[in-house]
Amino acid sequence: MKKPVQLKTPLGAEVLALSAGDHVELSGMVYTARDEAHLRMMKDGIPFDPKGAAVYHCGPVMQDNRIIAAGPTTSARMNLLSKFLIDAGVNALIGKGGMGSAVREQLKGKGVYLAFTGGCAALAASHMRLKGVYYEDLGMAEAVWIIELDHLPLTVGIDAKGGDIFETVRVAAGKAFDRYRKA
Amino acid sequence: MVKSTKRTLYERVAGAIAEAFREAVIFLPSDVKRAILRAAAAETNPVAKGELSNIIKNIAEAERLNVPLCQDTGVPVVYLTIPPDIPLTPDLYHAVAKGVRRATTDVPLRPNVVDALTRNNSNDNTGAGMPAIHVKPGETLTVTVLPKGAGAENVSRIAMLLPSQKDEIGKFVVETMLLAEGRPCPPVVLGVGIGGTFDGAAALAKEALLLPIDKMTDFEQQLCDMVNTLGIGPMGLGGDTTALAVKVKTAACHTASLPVAVNVQCWANRRATVEVKRE
Repeated sequence: MKKPVQLKTPLGAEVLALSAGDHVELSGMVYTARDEAHLRMMKDGIPFDPKGAAVYHCGPVMQDNRIIAAGPTTSARMNLLSKFLIDAGVNALIGKGGMGSAVREQLKGKGVYLAFTGGCAALAASHMRLKGVYYEDLGMAEAVWIIELDHLPLTVGIDAKGGDIFETVRVAAGKAFDRYRKA
Repeated sequence: MVKSTKRTLYERVAGAIAEAFREAVIFLPSDVKRAILRAAAAETNPVAKGELSNIIKNIAEAERLNVPLCQDTGVPVVYLTIPPDIPLTPDLYHAVAKGVRRATTDVPLRPNVVDALTRNNSNDNTGAGMPAIHVKPGETLTVTVLPKGAGAENVSRIAMLLPSQKDEIGKFVVETMLLAEGRPCPPVVLGVGIGGTFDGAAALAKEALLLPIDKMTDFEQQLCDMVNTLGIGPMGLGGDTTALAVKVKTAACHTASLPVAVNVQCWANRRATVEVKRE
């Protein structure tokens, strides 16, 4: 396996050179956000500096202000909620399962979607330190947690050039299914 | 006197439930771990290798830190076996719910259970019909828990096939994964229920997830191989390993029916059984 590309937030033009399928390790600050947090940010404004920021689709398990488990949630739920973040300068979205074609277009020339392995909540937590929180009133899963990452291993799912590994796999799976369709 | 004995029994049931949930959400069963290790060794796709490597590291981290494998600790599905001398009472159901509440605060589990329509969260993983409790007669009093995450549950499907469509069972199973793509956190385990009634097939599919996945029948292996031709791979990022195993349970059915249900399970095929001590 190729050595993972090292990334640190705030992210700059280095993300534009990444290609779908590349392994990266991300360090620095990320902000968790699920459905409710996106809606709140759209209404009230983004509470952190979005320039070069990374947003992590995640609803963690916390206990006594410690991160117990913090794997990714399904990013597709945020398909219609991400444009304002990308427009504001967020250039990395992190989650699982990929995102729709609209987000792929929005990321072109601007940023990337990074996939973290679904279910790997304990591994994620071991690469994290809690730094703070916004919108705690939204509850544990929906609040925006400020987290410092230490070399979290990720895969580039959608790159800034329109490359989308999930779409490639989807098309190939559809072709593979043809043999059963005809049967 | 009788009352105090009963209370002790129900207290032990609650304790066994809490213990089983702790075990299930932190420690993956050894047959599932072996299947993941085998898949990682055989995988040829570099991205998939990376994903499986993360999964293997995650399993070890959860054990080392004594924390849940995944932040989606699921909804509580519980199977009880009851020996002839234990009465099936509402108190027994209450004891199971008590154990779920205890596990929610102690392990901890994420509070996932909400009212279906108001979406209000009970914050203790119980609610109307939750935990889902299934009871069967047995020799010993045992509790088996199957914490079920939403990503995989949401892409599960059922079909009322025609008796003439027996050869389409495989197609329906594969199509379920084609539509699911990476959403259920593959590599998946598929529980397939064939026969029975509309609801019965779904129950069988879920029960099939309790079976050890080390061994597959020829039919199960054939279904598994068919699913793996899709190339969806771990997390939908492509690869040889889309399904770790397919397990099938059947029941007799109406001569005019062929119900087929596929209950999709993520790689974290979490389950644990604890016997309730009698004294």
